[in-house]
Amino acid sequence: MAGQGTTAATAPVDTARRAHAGNGKARALIGPGLRTFLIFAVLVALGALIFPSSYFYRVGTLVWINTLAVTGIVVLLGYVGLVSLGHAGFFAIGAYATAIGPNYGIPSPLAMAGGVALAGLLALVVGRPILRLSGYYLAIATLGLGMLIWMVLSKEAWLTGGPDGMTVSGMNARNLFKLVGLKLKSAEAWYWVAGFVAAIGAAIAVNLANSPSGRALRAIHDSDVAARSLGIDVARAKSRAFVISAIYAAVAGALLALANGYITPETGGFMHSVEMVTMAVLGGAASVFGALVGALILTALPQLLTVFADYEHMVLGAIMVVTMIAMRRGLVPFIADLWNRRKS
Amino acid sequence: MSELLQFLISGITVGAIYAAIALGFTLIYNASGVVNFAQGEFVVIGGMTAAALIGAGVPVWIAAPLAVIAGMLVGVLLYRLAIRPAGQAPLVSLIIITIGASIFLRGAMQAVFDKQIHRYDGFSGDAPLRVGGATILPQSLWIIGGSVAVFAFLAWFLNRTRAGRGIRATASNRMAAALVGINTGRAMNLSFALSAAIGALAGVLATPVTFTSYDVGVLMALKGFSATMLGGVGSPLGALAGGLLIGLIEALTAGYISSDYKDASAFIVILLVLFLRPQGLFGARIMERV
Repeated sequence: MAGQGTTAATAPVDTARRAHAGNGKARALIGPGLRTFLIFAVLVALGALIFPSSYFYRVGTLVWINTLAVTGIVVLLGYVGLVSLGHAGFFAIGAYATAIGPNYGIPSPLAMAGGVALAGLLALVVGRPILRLSGYYLAIATLGLGMLIWMVLSKEAWLTGGPDGMTVSGMNARNLFKLVGLKLKSAEAWYWVAGFVAAIGAAIAVNLANSPSGRALRAIHDSDVAARSLGIDVARAKSRAFVISAIYAAVAGALLALANGYITPETGGFMHSVEMVTMAVLGGAASVFGALVGALILTALPQLLTVFADYEHMVLGAIMVVTMIAMRRGLVPFIADLWNRRKS
Repeated sequence: MSELLQFLISGITVGAIYAAIALGFTLIYNASGVVNFAQGEFVVIGGMTAAALIGAGVPVWIAAPLAVIAGMLVGVLLYRLAIRPAGQAPLVSLIIITIGASIFLRGAMQAVFDKQIHRYDGFSGDAPLRVGGATILPQSLWIIGGSVAVFAFLAWFLNRTRAGRGIRATASNRMAAALVGINTGRAMNLSFALSAAIGALAGVLATPVTFTSYDVGVLMALKGFSATMLGGVGSPLGALAGGLLIGLIEALTAGYISSDYKDASAFIVILLVLFLRPQGLFGARIMERV
């Protein structure tokens, strides 16, 4: 499990194929989704073991929330090969719904669910007609959609607090742990919740990749026409992937709103959309582990390097261009390839 | 009535800018099939460079051409450093590359220049001219004239010159063009250079009216896209008409509906076009490349 397991895990898309080839009995016992969940759970726990202060927990929480959002990008970009430049918009819908709900007497969990449903519905309505067309139309339309959402969040101050943002009241994850008798600091509690949700999200994404509709998505990635000739309803499959990825972003947004207790329209800004895509591209858009690695690097980097803030745009832009030219599939597959080559 | 006339004038002014962006976008798309998300950055490079030079005391008639040349150089660099090395990359990779380039350029401009909003005086002063109850800035005439000149130049260049025909041949079939002895590499370089120059020129002309700052490129690109899509992707005439229409729609939205949401109108147009008439007003039916 150790050697082979990690390489297989870095490319969960391939696991089903390998399982068919019949290598490894452990693989037959636990499916790829469960295995992904367990690996994530171990990583979450590892983080908790080594973090010395609340600050680390807060950054760790951010890493898991970003991983969750980027897992949505993996479904869209890695599985189907479509780029969204407005995913921060869906992220912000989840975040703001969670923030606004309690102000109108709607409890947080309900507001969260409402925001996620709204993001999914919007993706469905907007995505359906656009996804009948060629790939770059989605990039352009989502670029506009993201800007529109950002605009509404900044201008409708009566609802959203305008450019200054708004505080998020409502639930605290500590209370969840109190129910089972665990006393945690708020930062720690959110870390565990975010890690748990990210692990579930990753497991679902991996299971999706190995399901018939996931296979349909990957067929589309290789060729629209070939997929259509296999009887796949290409527009419907693409639109389903778009909705799923919007839901991931909205859940991540809702989590961020609750964990941070404060949100600004910049959560829905264009640069945040770009950040998400860059994380996926850097780590490797084909797998949830790429999402994790990309999210980890690009969340931790600004914390480690204070100069990063001044050159954020240049760094993100350069990462996108260089990754696409030098290692198109991203870091995780790139390193996995190196590892395999050295072994053989 | 004079109010409406005023809105129409400002609509045509910004529309002419969008038309120029859309023309540059169409040129690259036609030559290479690349949807260049960095197109808006050329506009900013033009405007920011001109503003910096004029701020340093360089006369406008020197600063403006230098700014266009700066944009042109960046266009060629974009092609050589980012697009060409990608080779036969899939569409999605090319989109990510041009987005990355656009973000990189945005950051570079922030580092090279600053985060302030810039403008400089209009080429022929800032005293408005009266036209039937409304006013028009002399700079608006420069902008409109500039866009029409760019359109005329492109029509002449692409149809009448050897280099321009080379670009069209490369666009239609790169291998066939190479087989009949056309230097397709040069044609690609040329189309990126020209397209960037057009964008930078738009920025140089527009900055006295619209102002500029390092981060407006994406919005400019979005406006250019909506103009292109409204007019029909790939059609230069469509780019011109689409740009003017987007400008008019935006000015009327700002005037009669809400100035907060004038930028939203471009996006609404994109959606309506995609829903109702994906080929745009002047475009050929969309064919998906297999």
